[in-house]
Amino acid sequence: MTRDSAASAPGSGARAGRPVGPEPSGRKPAGSRFGRVLESGLLHGGVQGSPVLRLFMRWVRRPLLPVMRLWRRNIQLRIVATTLLMSLGVVLLLGFVVIGQVRNGLLDAKVKAAQSQATGGFTAAKQKAEEAASTNGDDTTPADGRPSQNVIQWMSELVKSLSSGGQSAFDVVTLPMGGESGSGRGPRASGTVNWAASVPESLRERIDGDTAAAQSYTRIVYNSDQASQPGLVIGKQVNDPNGEPYQLYYLFPFTQEEKSLSLVRGTLATAGLFVVVLLGAIAWLVVRQVVTPVRMAASIVERLSAGRLQERMKVTGEDDIARLGEAFNKMAQNLQLKISQLEDLSRMQRRFVSDVSHELRTPLTTVRMAADVIHDARVDFDPVTARSAELLADQLDRFETLLADLLEISRFDAGAAALEAEPIDLREVVRRVVSGAEPLAERKGTRIRLSGDQQPVVAEADARRVERVLRNLVVNAVEHGEGRDVVVKLAAAGGAVAVAVRDYGVGLKPGEATRVFSRFWRADPARARTTGGTGLGLSIALEDARLHGGWLQAWGEPGGGSQFRLTLPRTADEPLRGSPIPLEPADSRRNHGLQDAGLGDTVRPHGTDKAVGVPAQAPPGQASTVSARGPITPRQATVAPTADPTALPGNGARVVPRPVSGAARRQDGGTASGAAANRPEEAGPEESSRQGEASRGR
Amino acid sequence: MKGRVLVVDDDTALAEMLGIVLRGEGFEPSFVADGDKALAAFRETKPDLVLLDLMLPGRDGIEVCRLIRAESGVPIVMLTAKSDTVDVVVGLESGADDYIVKPFKPKELVARIRARLRRSEEPAPEQLAIGDLVIDVAGHSVKRDGQSIALTPLEFDLLVALARKPWQVFTREVLLEQVWGYRHAADTRLVNVHVQRLRSKVEKDPEKPEIVVTVRGVGYKAGPS
Repeated sequence: MTRDSAASAPGSGARAGRPVGPEPSGRKPAGSRFGRVLESGLLHGGVQGSPVLRLFMRWVRRPLLPVMRLWRRNIQLRIVATTLLMSLGVVLLLGFVVIGQVRNGLLDAKVKAAQSQATGGFTAAKQKAEEAASTNGDDTTPADGRPSQNVIQWMSELVKSLSSGGQSAFDVVTLPMGGESGSGRGPRASGTVNWAASVPESLRERIDGDTAAAQSYTRIVYNSDQASQPGLVIGKQVNDPNGEPYQLYYLFPFTQEEKSLSLVRGTLATAGLFVVVLLGAIAWLVVRQVVTPVRMAASIVERLSAGRLQERMKVTGEDDIARLGEAFNKMAQNLQLKISQLEDLSRMQRRFVSDVSHELRTPLTTVRMAADVIHDARVDFDPVTARSAELLADQLDRFETLLADLLEISRFDAGAAALEAEPIDLREVVRRVVSGAEPLAERKGTRIRLSGDQQPVVAEADARRVERVLRNLVVNAVEHGEGRDVVVKLAAAGGAVAVAVRDYGVGLKPGEATRVFSRFWRADPARARTTGGTGLGLSIALEDARLHGGWLQAWGEPGGGSQFRLTLPRTADEPLRGSPIPLEPADSRRNHGLQDAGLGDTVRPHGTDKAVGVPAQAPPGQASTVSARGPITPRQATVAPTADPTALPGNGARVVPRPVSGAARRQDGGTASGAAANRPEEAGPEESSRQGEASRGR
Repeated sequence: MKGRVLVVDDDTALAEMLGIVLRGEGFEPSFVADGDKALAAFRETKPDLVLLDLMLPGRDGIEVCRLIRAESGVPIVMLTAKSDTVDVVVGLESGADDYIVKPFKPKELVARIRARLRRSEEPAPEQLAIGDLVIDVAGHSVKRDGQSIALTPLEFDLLVALARKPWQVFTREVLLEQVWGYRHAADTRLVNVHVQRLRSKVEKDPEKPEIVVTVRGVGYKAGPS
């Protein structure tokens, strides 16, 4: 559905209800429209609306199409991919959990070890301070400036001695209290530790305010080019030999733990990768076990449906697949049996027809010849015998035609009719048919006019059959034409050619247009016998048209004449989509009615430009010859019989607006035919105006 | 006018009726009812034309037709009850010149017989060339590089008709009228089959005809000499 038609359709959701013009509140920006289009496009499967969006979607999808196609078609690929994705997810989850636990365990152990190490260190520092205080207390006085000198040196030694016990398993940092840097007791650090970056500010403040030990995780940064690494820092207030407090920190880097953890991580990743790949392989193998028989079955079904009925599945074992195979084989066997029965039946029927044909025809030939000999000699007979001889010869003619038609019909029924299509110019066929019908037309006082024969009308068709169809139509038209003109119109457009035979005789009553093709049907049982004919002519013609993949359709109105239209595809294997000639002729009464009401232009809005591809169909002089029959075609002069656009294949005829008076039902040939055939009971005032339009053929 | 006609038909009533009609038209009919005896009868009576029913006891009509054609170019008209394409084409391919579908009118049959007999009565000295073939119309011979090619009278007529007007494209209907003598086109399959048979004899490569060229959608014409 296009956007235009969707917009004009009432009640198609929010969009149809939207007021035209500026937004009432100005609340919704232009983007909301885009969003709606996007939403409707994405939610409703197809991208409708903005052509730009559609183009973009196509551009995005194009490179993905082969992949998507493979994805849709290959169940094995789908299952293996799903298995891979899901097992990958499981392995990842598992890996995270395991690594988390290992890390926690490692950290706990490290923290405990670090705490006991640090506690030992703090105790040692305290003892050293006390020792120093007792030794210093004897020979120095606290009043002079030296003690600080001593403390500075003492502290450097303290840091060195404390850190030497750890063998680079930890580093030691001392800091003055409260960040003061005076009195020469600056910060000291063992190794190349950058104390400022490594000891977090928050920890320092905590140590300042509290005498208990405190710890924190941190990143240990080095002044040398050694890479920084995560670690634990434990600090505490300790007094120096002078009794002044300072901060002592132990820094434990997690070097070892990091190593262990990355080892575990690597192991897990490798194992996970293996698991995923192996699971994929397993899934592939398992699916293969199931898919291989299914694929085999599919290929065998394909071959079977292509007509190789002896194909069977190989059945091994007793599992589900084997049961499927057995059931399938049983089905195939039954099918084969039925089909061969039907084939036998058809062959027998064909054979029967052929035999009957031969057995009947040989004696009939003898009778025929004998009758002709008698007929030729009738002048020598007495009047009664002479008349009998005439009747005999006449009725033999009728019998012969009837037999021939019956055999032809049964050949169609048996499916024995074969099409011998080759490119032929329908004008040749039409001219032959018309010249063959001239004698009859002269007797009836009818003129047969040809139109649309300026250009070749070539189609792949069986000349013999087409000629038979057209001869039938023309002879019928002349016989039922009440002595008025018969118009044979040819046209070609698109993939189709058409011949329409129009007469202005008694026409057809509503509903008769479908029945004319029934076997042995007669319009008026009381009077029809005089004109001869077997009553099978149109049935055979219809079968001939079907054999070509074409249509044979009838239209008529009571008292307004009728039109029979044969439409054939231009090439034999091409399906018909429409006909170059409208089924209802332009000079029908109803069309005149529309013209009178001033609706003529709306009926055919594209009439002028669509008619270009169709040969001109209004020879000059037509107006005068036809308008001579006043009551039937009163306004012929104003109507140029151009091609109805709705009859041209492949245009959007269905959305052309039509006047109310039942004209909307008339669509192009193909669809209208189905509709008309499906609704024979369509009643009411419309029925009287629609003149039993009908179609058969497809 | 030569008028010996051999009727090969197993239906005695029909054969007798055919005899009555043919005698009435001035022909001399002779009869054989069995396919196996047909060839012997043919050699014995040396007819000017054979009327051959397709369905025969013993050898069927197709086989008889092939045997007669193998030793003579005498016109053969098939009588057939089957107008199905396959039957007709098989009959024509086996060498029949024409066919007539039962039931037929006596006049129609006589017209066909006369049309087939007529052609041999008007020899005019004429030399024609088509492709690399040389046709002697009066002497009834077709030669390529001095080598003569055997054609049946009908095939010869077909070739001559094409060769007389090498500039013209013949529709099948026109050929039917000129060669077979039909007023109203009956069945263009006749032309198709005989053109195929003619090609198989005169073309160097029947798949790529150079003597009798198909004009698609129209008909046939003579190839350039």
